[in-house]
Amino acid sequence: MFGIYLKRELGRRKKAALVIALGLALGIALVITVSSVSAGMSKAQDKVLQSLYGLGTDMTVTKAQSAPTSGSSGGPSFKFGAKSSSSTKQSSDRVMTQGGQALKSSLVTKVASQKGVENAVGALSLNVTKVDGSFTQGKAKTTTGSSSNSSSGQGQPGGGSGSSSGGGQPQVQGGGANFNVNSYSVVGVDVAHQGLGPLASMKITSGRTFTSSQTGTKVAVVSKSYAKEKKYKVGSTFKISGTKFTIIGIATPDSSESTTDLFIPLKLAQTLGDAKNEVTTIYVKATDSKQISTVKKEIQSNISGTTVTTSADLASTVSGSLSTASSLATSVGKWLSIAVLAAAFLVAALLTSSAVSRRVREFGTLKALGWPSRKVTRQVVGESMVNGLIGGALGIALGVGAAYAVTAISPKLTAQMGSTGGGGGMGGGPGGGGPGQQSTQNTLEIALTAPVSLTTIALAVGLAVAGGLIAGAMGGWRASRMRPADALRSVS
Amino acid sequence: MYRLTGVTKRYTRGKETVEALRGIDLTIEDGDQLVIQGPTGGGKSTLLQMIGGLDRPTDGSVELDGEDLARISETKLTRLRAEKIGIIFQSFNLIPTLTAQENVETALVPLGVKPAERRERAAEALRSVGLGERLGHAPAELSGGQQQRVAIARALVKKPKVLLADEPTGNLDEGTRDDIMALLEGLWHEYGLTFIMVTHDSSIARRAPRLATIKAGQITLTEQGDGQRFAQQAAGQDGGPQQAAYGQQPYVQQQYGGGQGY
Repeated sequence: MFGIYLKRELGRRKKAALVIALGLALGIALVITVSSVSAGMSKAQDKVLQSLYGLGTDMTVTKAQSAPTSGSSGGPSFKFGAKSSSSTKQSSDRVMTQGGQALKSSLVTKVASQKGVENAVGALSLNVTKVDGSFTQGKAKTTTGSSSNSSSGQGQPGGGSGSSSGGGQPQVQGGGANFNVNSYSVVGVDVAHQGLGPLASMKITSGRTFTSSQTGTKVAVVSKSYAKEKKYKVGSTFKISGTKFTIIGIATPDSSESTTDLFIPLKLAQTLGDAKNEVTTIYVKATDSKQISTVKKEIQSNISGTTVTTSADLASTVSGSLSTASSLATSVGKWLSIAVLAAAFLVAALLTSSAVSRRVREFGTLKALGWPSRKVTRQVVGESMVNGLIGGALGIALGVGAAYAVTAISPKLTAQMGSTGGGGGMGGGPGGGGPGQQSTQNTLEIALTAPVSLTTIALAVGLAVAGGLIAGAMGGWRASRMRPADALRSVS
Repeated sequence: MYRLTGVTKRYTRGKETVEALRGIDLTIEDGDQLVIQGPTGGGKSTLLQMIGGLDRPTDGSVELDGEDLARISETKLTRLRAEKIGIIFQSFNLIPTLTAQENVETALVPLGVKPAERRERAAEALRSVGLGERLGHAPAELSGGQQQRVAIARALVKKPKVLLADEPTGNLDEGTRDDIMALLEGLWHEYGLTFIMVTHDSSIARRAPRLATIKAGQITLTEQGDGQRFAQQAAGQDGGPQQAAYGQQPYVQQQYGGGQGY
């Protein structure tokens, strides 16, 4: 009787049932969409952090920011050999440690020995600026008749017209310079411990990675994007400051885009960067991921002059549309979902209660026939539950559809990493901005997905049941309070 | 047997208190037929609610077979209604979404009767009131008289001790009224039910063996003896076999020719 009565009643009040179900569906769909998009945002942020940190890294240790001393920095300088030929090709590499500040390699062992640290690996990030091109000497010409022989001499590079400081002086004509400036990032990795550090989040797509014995071998792994730009293949060679390297592998990051162009053995990087026994970043893995903040404090108190950056610290520096969208999803989206859901629950409860009011005679009759209150209440709650479950099913379909649409469209979000103000001593991994005054920003583009987890579906089902129960409880409460005499009174 | 002693019912509406029943004393023997008549607002429906255990008196007691309906727990009262009391309403009070058979079944639900038996008994009850062909019809597909017969079948399917009827013919035309009254009288006669009915209709009241008139919450009883029954009237008008048959076998079988009698 329960099932038949329930089915017939819902059939009779199709419109009201549909309104209740649609209201709940809308709320539930919003919850699913917002939860899924939030999960996608979180995933995107993880990807961003992973691309900087490497898989499995809990924190990085970098040299603490110190004020630049006079004369210690300055722009890069290049030295070209002066030659006498009229057209001269020149090439020079300027190799600098990223951020200009490094830590002693011995600190890697010291960090690794700290309480709560499972493993620590050092890496050296370098910025290489390559300038190549040619000078063309200008030619001096005497424009007055006092001296007819044109003398060639060192003209001033520059425009076609040389300076003229008086009659009879030779004028330099022609000459100039044509140079290309190329910048790329190189990271020296500890080839013996590749499970942690910058290469950990990279996947070799062609060739192979370093072997642990290649500490001094002039080999390199190149990022896929850089290889494409430079048309490098496995076996290709390139030079940094005259040292020739052979590419043994091409790697692509597990997520996002790589911020490093080339990986070479740490020892060679130290030689090239004139940073013997130095590293720029120490990658740390904690024994317990829940104790990261404790480990951070431990390192900071025991090893002075360092900055410890956890992924939480790094996440707070993410800006750009990813950050904005993430904030929207967690704040506006969350509250919008709660508001719509609360409204849907309220509407469902009011409509159910109003439906009970319209069925006074019906429920009064059943009570007069000897139906106990619990049976009448069960009938009302049952109807509400079915409404809730229909709403839940519709909501899940709508929500999953919306999440699928987001994933299918995959809107691109940008994440800007690092400190633009030069302050804060932000760490960061290779290409992650580097400590200190370096104010570069790494912009990553990430496709947003909206993965729907089983937990989200379970949450939706739970909400549907809760919606049905709340509405049913309100209606059932009214029905249970109804007296059988109402059945008679309603006709008198 | 019913024994009502000093039954008083007061309703409070705002600051005003209305006394619907004033110290009513009444005894109704098993198998009696009592018709309650009176002006609107006189308290007749209130009295029926007290007798049916649908409401409790403010003062006094309503005893049915020694149990005071004014004092027993709500659970017991509900159970008593389910087992012993059948009620017929003026507006039939059928569940609009259920079929005739399902409506009759609702009376068996609180008794815990199994679905198959429920269906069988409901069909039998409907056949006994001449609706054997209308089991699957919704109330909206039935005439007023047919709907009231479904309500009668619902009241009787559980084989109650008491049958209460609140203006059972109030919404019916004269011809249908006589049919329904004939049916009710036949059932009362056949099963030895205690039959208590509220009515405005004087022609019905005149024929009742016992008449209770309620005015301003107070009751006056009139013993009228065995008057002419609707069943006899119906048989007389139609002539033929029904006339001879009345009193010898169940009315329902003569009148509607359906089933085994109920």
